Formats: sequence, C-alpha cells, structure tokens
Amino acid sequence: MEFLDYEGLRLIWWALVGVLLIGFAIMDGFDLGVATLHPFIARNDDERRVLLNSIGPTWDGNQVWLILGAGAVLAAWPTVYAVAFSGLYAALLIVLFALFMRPVAIDYRSKLQSRTWRSFWDWGLFVSGIVPALIFGVTFGNLLQGVPFHFDDTMRSFYTGDLLGLLNPFALLAGLLSVSMLVMQGAAFLAMKTDHGLYARSYSVARGSALLTAILFVLAGIWIATGIDGFVLASALPHDGPSNPLLKDVSMQSGAWLANFHAMPLLWIFPALGVLGALSVMLMQRDGNRFIASGLSVAGIIATAGISMFPFVLPSSTHPAHSLTMWDATSSEQTLFLMFVAAVIFVPLILAYTAWVFHVLRGRVTVDHIRSNEHSTY
Amino acid sequence: MEALVDASRLQFAFTALTHFLFVPLTLGLSLMLVTMESLYVITGRRIYKDMTQFWGKLFAINFAMGVVTGLTMEFQFGTNWAYYSHYVGDIFGVPLAIEGMMAFFLESTFVGLFFFGWDRLSKGKHLMVTALVAFGSNLSALWILVANGWMQHPVGTVFNPDTMRTELASFTDLLFNPVAQVKFLHTLSAGYLTGAVFVLAISAWYMLRGRDLEFARRSFAVAAGFGLVVSVSAIVLGDESGYHVAEFQPEKMAAIEAEWETEPAPADFTVIGLPDEATGTTHMALKIPGALGLIGTRSLDKEVPGVANLVEANQIRIRDGIIAWSALRAMRQGDLSDATRASFEAHQDNLGHALLLKKYTDDVASATEAQIAQAARDTVPAVAPMFWTFRIMVAIGMALFVLMLWAFFAARKDGLENRRSLLWVALLALPLPWVAAELGWFVAEFGRQPWTIYGILPTHLSVSSLDFAQVRNSLAAFVLMYAALFAVEMFLMIKYARLGPSSLHTGRYHYESQEA
Repeated sequence: MEFLDYEGLRLIWWALVGVLLIGFAIMDGFDLGVATLHPFIARNDDERRVLLNSIGPTWDGNQVWLILGAGAVLAAWPTVYAVAFSGLYAALLIVLFALFMRPVAIDYRSKLQSRTWRSFWDWGLFVSGIVPALIFGVTFGNLLQGVPFHFDDTMRSFYTGDLLGLLNPFALLAGLLSVSMLVMQGAAFLAMKTDHGLYARSYSVARGSALLTAILFVLAGIWIATGIDGFVLASALPHDGPSNPLLKDVSMQSGAWLANFHAMPLLWIFPALGVLGALSVMLMQRDGNRFIASGLSVAGIIATAGISMFPFVLPSSTHPAHSLTMWDATSSEQTLFLMFVAAVIFVPLILAYTAWVFHVLRGRVTVDHIRSNEHSTY
Repeated sequence: MEALVDASRLQFAFTALTHFLFVPLTLGLSLMLVTMESLYVITGRRIYKDMTQFWGKLFAINFAMGVVTGLTMEFQFGTNWAYYSHYVGDIFGVPLAIEGMMAFFLESTFVGLFFFGWDRLSKGKHLMVTALVAFGSNLSALWILVANGWMQHPVGTVFNPDTMRTELASFTDLLFNPVAQVKFLHTLSAGYLTGAVFVLAISAWYMLRGRDLEFARRSFAVAAGFGLVVSVSAIVLGDESGYHVAEFQPEKMAAIEAEWETEPAPADFTVIGLPDEATGTTHMALKIPGALGLIGTRSLDKEVPGVANLVEANQIRIRDGIIAWSALRAMRQGDLSDATRASFEAHQDNLGHALLLKKYTDDVASATEAQIAQAARDTVPAVAPMFWTFRIMVAIGMALFVLMLWAFFAARKDGLENRRSLLWVALLALPLPWVAAELGWFVAEFGRQPWTIYGILPTHLSVSSLDFAQVRNSLAAFVLMYAALFAVEMFLMIKYARLGPSSLHTGRYHYESQEA
C-alpha cells in the first residue's frame, strides 16, 4: 500500500470521517450537554443566562463540525450518505427539527422580558440538546446491528425498516450512553466556564455522568461481545477496486465485532481511553484537565465503535452482502485525493483560529457580568 | 411515484426558498457592517460604532434563521434525494464539503466574536473579525454556486459504468465553470442589494418619523452609495447570466423568452405578452425587433432556437441515448465485450436523455414513439411561469437601480429628511429585493426542469425511495415549523427595528432622550 494510492486514500478517509465525528462530539458535544443540563442546574434567570452565554459565542462554530461531517460523508462516501440519510428519514428529521430550536432559543430568548417567552425557549434549548444526543446514540446502536436496506441493479437503495424498529434494547443503551457522555462533556465544560453555585453543581454532575458513562460503555462492550452478531467479509474484497458494494459476500457471527481487537491488541488502547478518560473526569482537580479527560473519553468511545466495525461502515441486516464498507462505498480516487488535499490545508487552519477565538473568550461567565451587560448578552 | 416526486420537489422548493429569504440579507448586511466599522476605525466617531452594533443586532436576528434553515439543506440531499446523492455525490459533494471547510467554519466561528468581542479586542482586530465573517459568507456563496452552476452546466464529469454514477474528471473545470462564476457574482450582487435596500428602507422610516436623524442619515448614505454600485452589478451580471443560459441551456432560454419557433436571426425580443402553451403562441405580444438575437447570442446572425425545434432535437438525443442505455444494461449484467463498451462510449453523452423515459416506462429500450415524444416535450420547462417570473425579476432590478440613483444624489445634499416622497418610496421598496431573489431562484431551478443535473440526471429519478406519506408529513412539519419560527423572527425584527439604535442602551437615542 502506497500512502496516497486508492487504498491509502480510502483508509485515510475512514480515519478522517472518524476525526470529524469525534470533532463534532467533543466540540458541539459540550453545547448539546449544556443544553440538556440547562433546565436542571440553573436555579434562576441569571444563572440560565450564564449557561447561555457560556456557549453563546461559540456554539455556532461548533455546529459546523456536524455540517461539515454531513458534507464530507457526501463527498467521500456518497452511497453511505444516500442510504443512511434516506433510510433513517424520520429519525434524522427529528434531529433536524430539534436542532432548529437551538439558534433561535439562544439568540431570541433574552430579547424579551416575558417569563413565558423565556421559559418556552429554555425548553426549546433543552430539546435541542437531548434529542440529538439520544438519537445519534440510538443510530450508532443500530449501525452496530445492521439496518435493513438493499440495492436494485441501478444502485437505487431501498430501506425496509421503520422508526420504531430503531428503538431496540441495545440501541437504547447506546442512546443512553450517548446522552450520558455528552452530559459529562457539557458539565466538564461548565466547570471551566462558571463559578459559585453553578460551578459546584456542574462539578458534581460531571463526576456522576462520568461514572455512568464508564459503566454504560463497559455494559455495551459486554453486550457486543456476547449478544450481538458482527459482520465478517466472506469473500475477497479488493482495496482498490471500483466502488461497487454488490461484489462481495458477507456473513454474520457472534462476537465478530471484537475480531479487530484480537487481531491487533494495540487497539485496546481506544476502549481503555474511553473508560480511563471517564474515570479521570472523576479524579481530576484542575478544571482544564477534567475537560481534556472528558474529551479523551469521548474520542475513545467513538473510536472504539468505528474500529470494531472496520471495514464496515453501514452493514445491512437484511442483505448482508449489500453492506457498505470503507473499501467499496467511497468516491473515486480523484475526489478522495482532492478532498484530502483540502482537509490537509483547512483542518489545521480551522483548529488554529478556533483555538484563538476560545482564547479571546477565555474566562468564566459570572452573574455579575450578565447583570452589568443586560442588553448585549444572550 | 409522481406524487412522491412532486412532494419531494415541493419540500425542496419550500425549504430552499425559505433559506433564501435569509441568505441574501446575511451576505449584504455583513459587507455593510464591514463598511460601517471601517468608517468607525478610520474616523474614530462613536456613531459609526453604534451603526455597526445596531445593524449587527438585526443581522443576528436574521442570521439565526439562516443557520436554522441552512441545516436542512445539508441534510436534504441525502434524506430526500438519495439517488441523486449516489449518482452525483462524487462531484456535487466536493464543493459542498469544501464550503464547510473553507467558508462556513470561518463565518460561524468568528460571528460569535463579532457580537461578544467588542470589549476583548482592539478596534483593528475587531474589524478584522467582522471582515472574516463577511469573507466567510461570501466564500460560502461561491462554493454553493459552484455546486449549483454544475447542476446547470455539468462540466468536468464522466460516467463510470462500474459504479453506476458520474465521477469528477476535472476539478478546475468544476471551479472555473463559466456558469458558476457568473451565477456567483449575480447572486452576490443581489444579496448586497438586499442589504442596501434593508438599511435604506429602515433609515428612511426613522427620517419619516423625524427621529434619530443623524444616525438615519448616515446609514441611508452608506446604503445608497453601496446600493448604487451593486444594483448596476446585479443588472450587468444578470445579463451576462442570460447570455450563458442561451449558450448552455437553450430550453430554459426558449421558455423565458416564449420563443416558440426558431426565428430568423436576429430574433425579436418579446417585452410583454400572454404566452399560451396550448397553441404555442404569445398573444398581444409587444416585440422589439432583433433584440433577443442581440441579447442571447450577442450577434446579428446566430439563431435563438425555439421550443418546437428544441423538442425535435431532443427526440433525436433520446433515441441515441437508448442505445447507450441498452449497452450499459448489458455491461451491468456482465457483458464485457469491447463492442458493447464501444457502443456505450459512442452514445453515452445522451444517456441522460434516455433516462427521461423512465418517467413513462421501466423498460427504456422498448419505449414507444408516443413515450419518446412525451419525454422530448418534457425537456422544455413550462413557458408562462418562466416568462413572467423572469420579467418581474428584471423589472424589480431596474426599479431598484433607479431608486438607488435617486437616493444617492439626494443623500449628498442637505435636507434629506424632508424629501418625503423619496423616503416613502425607499420604505415601500423594502420587500422588493426578496421578491426578486425568490423569483431568480425560481427562474434558475424551475427552468432547469425536467433535470436535477442538466442533461444527465432527470428529477423524477433523483428522489429517495420513500413513501409519499412520509414526505407529505415532513413537508407539513416543515411548513408549520418554518412558519412559526418566521413569525417569531419577523416579530423580533420589527420590534428591534422600531426600537432603533435605542436598543443599544447607550442613552443617546430617540426613546432614551425622551424618557430622560
């Protein structure tokens, strides 16, 4: 394998999609977590405004990780984008409608004094946090079990499941894990950005949700090892062939999702990061370190799911041979190369200016600050 | 199937048109904020900072809705146009993803600092942040219009029978697509004009009410100067865009101009009339001799093809495409012979035209004469809607140019606040740029029918395999949700526009001085 031949580019893009997903979960994850926590840990209007203003100046940039994620999957894995987004139609639209509430809740809430108005948008913000967090987790839980779809000979895809089918026990566990993980991320963020009562409450929520995250993650791992059939390639699959997902055989085996870890024991580092990161959130005394530990845990958990499915990215439960893998569902070599060049230029740039913006906006948001900037803060 | 296609198209049109209510103002206002803040940095006068901050407040109210409705767009190609995403994602995804990396991140990351960085940054650095927001929005428009320009005029594209989709052959062709370049500049100018009319109209209203005169006069003057330049550029580039349509999308041109039959060059231009699809004539047509030939071909001797002739030519392309389709089907079923491959390659340019038959029959190879005739007729969009929307858009563009000219010269003299007829016209013109922008979208996208990718992929094949009921329900949900959020947005917009600069609570403006 050369570094930048078709095979290498496909591998790079598998990793890059993972990076985007992790970027989303770390950056927008704390916004979703703060939105979820918002009705519960703020005790009065001033404190609610502190929470809004802790994420207010930066949530929009963070959300672009999701938008770029969708755009990059379209460009790098067009067939995955087509099958997943149309198949999970209702679930994705629910996520979308929940996310609609966020920009308006943050921007419009404090523009009027009315209590009813503000309380309406407070609940809107809550919905915009917990619904996406839950559904993204449920979706991952379903990906690990495969979803019911197939192609006809013109490569048109047909999805034969429904919304309720997504709500199976394992997927719900994954959904809970996702909510708990993002609440941990949000609380760890708030412990850096608030003081006094809010700080104390954020700190204890961060510890509690970290413990829950570690437990749920281990439970999900045990379930995958014993109760869920993984997908296995049953025929050769050239790594540099045309992106035609109909040319292979696939079988399903119990415990197969752990095969990659058995084959390369070094990979255990990722699930270990998921658990140890969460446990460190409980132990860390410095607020910055606690947030970093939480981010590492999030990264470890998502990487674990991606690695266990490798090379599959969207398995089909009804037609396993039609499953999409990162070898046979990608763009052309030319497009992957071009997008790789763009990513090499722009992703470091994005990280650099995002870091600068966070640096400028550093420091805690206090009740005093809100009161003395009544009309210019959210 | 037809109902599913119609519902999917309606949903796309509704969500895109709603998104496009907010985008032009974001484009226009962001650049005007840069202008105002530059004046602040250069002159050091506080009033320019107040202007930047007040118009920035209205910018924020609009921006939030732009983000809401923009999210839908990034998801919708997959949710509702899955076959489209599969068939062209290799190419169409590229500008979309680059837009995210290069432009949308920039705009969204810095926009928060625009609002909350005033006390944390030096004047110069804050101006740089504002400029980066504007630069990000403009770049974003560039990549979106590169994507759209490719849908109108798909250059740099090759079909791959192994993957059953089109793939990118040349990135430079995609980027330097002449249609995309002109569309970008035309759309940008229209956005700037929207921002200018917005500031002009609201400033006029303050003057009509006799309040915040200094603030309103300066805002009015900035808007008029800016608006005059961009209205000229919107018109010039609109004309350029029309020229490209004539060159690359003759069917769209014929519909816009109600050119039923190819006329001897140079063709007459129908200023106004009543196009009648059934008889293929335009009643009560008022014509300028030779003008269409001049506009459309920039020559006196080239013909502008008419509807009937285009339909005839497309029949031939459909028949040729059937050969490519049959060869492709054989290849997909394992026929690897050179002859089949050669046959496909010889006729593949018309594969898209054969796919038009899929609306009428599954078995393209044995399509009847009637079906071929029907599919060929589909290649020209409905004439009357194109004819009218185009003319109203152009008329608005011209009218806004006249308004800006008037406003520009009036703003240079004293006593602007007493020129009530100008101020009233400026106020009443407020909705016009939005009407023109929405109509412009319609001309471009309805005019591309029956294709999603012109000449390559028909619209009715592009949809996801969903139930009609799913799309009907989601469309209803979109309408309800957007209508509710739009009502809230308009309520806040009007409230804050009424409050005016007093919403900044600096103690220097209308309501505050009255209270004091």
